[in-house]
Amino acid sequence: MSPAHSTLPSLPAAKYDVQAVRADFPILSTTAHGHPLVYLDNAATTQKPKAVIDRIVRYYSSENSNVHRGVHYLSEAATSAYEDVRSVVMRFINARSEKEIIFTRGTTEGINLVVQTWGRKNIGAGDEVLISAIEHHSNIVPWQMLCDEKGARLSVIPVNDSGELSMDDYARMLNPRVKVVAVGHASNALGTINPVRQITTLAHANGSLVLIDGAQGVPHMTVDVQAIDCDFYAFSGHKVYGPTGVGVLYGRQSLLESMPPWQGGGDMILSVSFEKTTYNALPYKFEAGTPNIEGVVGLGAALQYVSALGLDNISAYEHDLLLYATRRLQEIDGLRIIGTAREKAAVISFVLEGVHPHDIGTILDQEGIAVRTGHHCAQPLMMRFNVPATGRASFGIYNTRDEAARLVDALRKVVEVFR
Amino acid sequence: MSDLRELYQQVILDHNKNPRNFRELEDARRVEGFNPLCGDHYTLFLQVDDHDVIRDVSFTGSGCAISKASASVMSSTVKGKSKEEVGRLFETFHRLVTGDTSGVDSTELGRLAAFSGVSEFPARVKCATLAWHTLRTALDGHAESVTTE
Repeated sequence: MSPAHSTLPSLPAAKYDVQAVRADFPILSTTAHGHPLVYLDNAATTQKPKAVIDRIVRYYSSENSNVHRGVHYLSEAATSAYEDVRSVVMRFINARSEKEIIFTRGTTEGINLVVQTWGRKNIGAGDEVLISAIEHHSNIVPWQMLCDEKGARLSVIPVNDSGELSMDDYARMLNPRVKVVAVGHASNALGTINPVRQITTLAHANGSLVLIDGAQGVPHMTVDVQAIDCDFYAFSGHKVYGPTGVGVLYGRQSLLESMPPWQGGGDMILSVSFEKTTYNALPYKFEAGTPNIEGVVGLGAALQYVSALGLDNISAYEHDLLLYATRRLQEIDGLRIIGTAREKAAVISFVLEGVHPHDIGTILDQEGIAVRTGHHCAQPLMMRFNVPATGRASFGIYNTRDEAARLVDALRKVVEVFR
Repeated sequence: MSDLRELYQQVILDHNKNPRNFRELEDARRVEGFNPLCGDHYTLFLQVDDHDVIRDVSFTGSGCAISKASASVMSSTVKGKSKEEVGRLFETFHRLVTGDTSGVDSTELGRLAAFSGVSEFPARVKCATLAWHTLRTALDGHAESVTTE
């Protein structure tokens, strides 16, 4: 991925200056319960750099208006700020055209859009939808609703004890009834990175389409939708250092053209009479109503920010952090890491013998450390690993080895309280 | 650590490790209690006499230390009490864990007073009260499950 479009200086590949990155995030200099904040809940949402915050302030201070409407100065300023981000996204994920970039509320809405338009048109009784055992609820429930409605079948690719998809089972499960395969790029609960390219190749050979839930892919690695060759790719702004309430659905242009619109309203039409409405062209066909303009503009700033750091640099830095944190956590007696895939994003799910994750979360919080505890919106996965819940430390571009060490020290206090 | 020591008092740690009345009861009303947010899941078993006085109560399931200890202490506190007495006790307990202690007579609470530290941790109030909500549903004679959401 080339960061050439960025307005920020790009860092030399070999040098990742985490302290400089930290200085860009105002919230990282705050405290929690009297301790410097250690934010390890990045898989839930990421913090925002000043570049994003400032961009939103600038939008409301000097560009705010509705888009695609007026002829006046501000409307043109808002429209160009909004539409410029479409090309930023296009380059960011290497789509072929801006028409393939649909702005949504987030990953969940992107998946629901595909299910409600492509899915309702193309899935029928007896058809099959393939998902995997490590999906987030947002890539389970919309398909389940569709299958219930249509009399179709939802099948689940199993995972092995490391949390990796069983590719042998997957290959066996592909059959002519499978119309679509929907899998995550990376698991929010375990960190497993799925072989999405291989998954797509096999699916296409079977005549099935592929949707990738990229919520945990985009923040951690270079994403190239043409290289993956997937048909749909959905992600959220807030998990990649942008605002909440905004996301992107990438769709192959020919498919998007063939799909009926989803929500009706303003912006998605060319002309309306009470007898007939002519729908707008791509991408506007799928963007009914006034969009989250502030969110889109902030997302553009976020993608430029991470592009300037370099997604490959981010992957390398986070991978080093993952290895360090994994090694240090394994020093704690009674701690077991759930999810030990060979290919992992910087997410560590763990359980501690004799201590419920909820109690771990409270004690870590008192030490200023934010982790997620619970089922991580992946209840079937928790059942697969026979745990009611886990603690989860998920790392981002600003986390340090020192913070991982503080997590380990705090977990030792947990052990002490419950000894 | 002082707030934490307040939260995880010895009574709580003890009841978490060795929960009392942690078994199934035959011929009992059976109600499930869930906290979907953190995965706490208990089944409460209740026997009452003809006057709605608790003859026996027990529970099974899993969850955090606060919810488990709360179910355990509750089960050993409410035996022999009437539905009305349990209602009043729950009200007092609820005020204790939410920090609304004006007029709370702590002698009435006995071992339940160990949960006073919960009031400093608003996210944990649901853990402390899950078993009580479940018991109340069981006393009302409803057989459905209870969730904290």
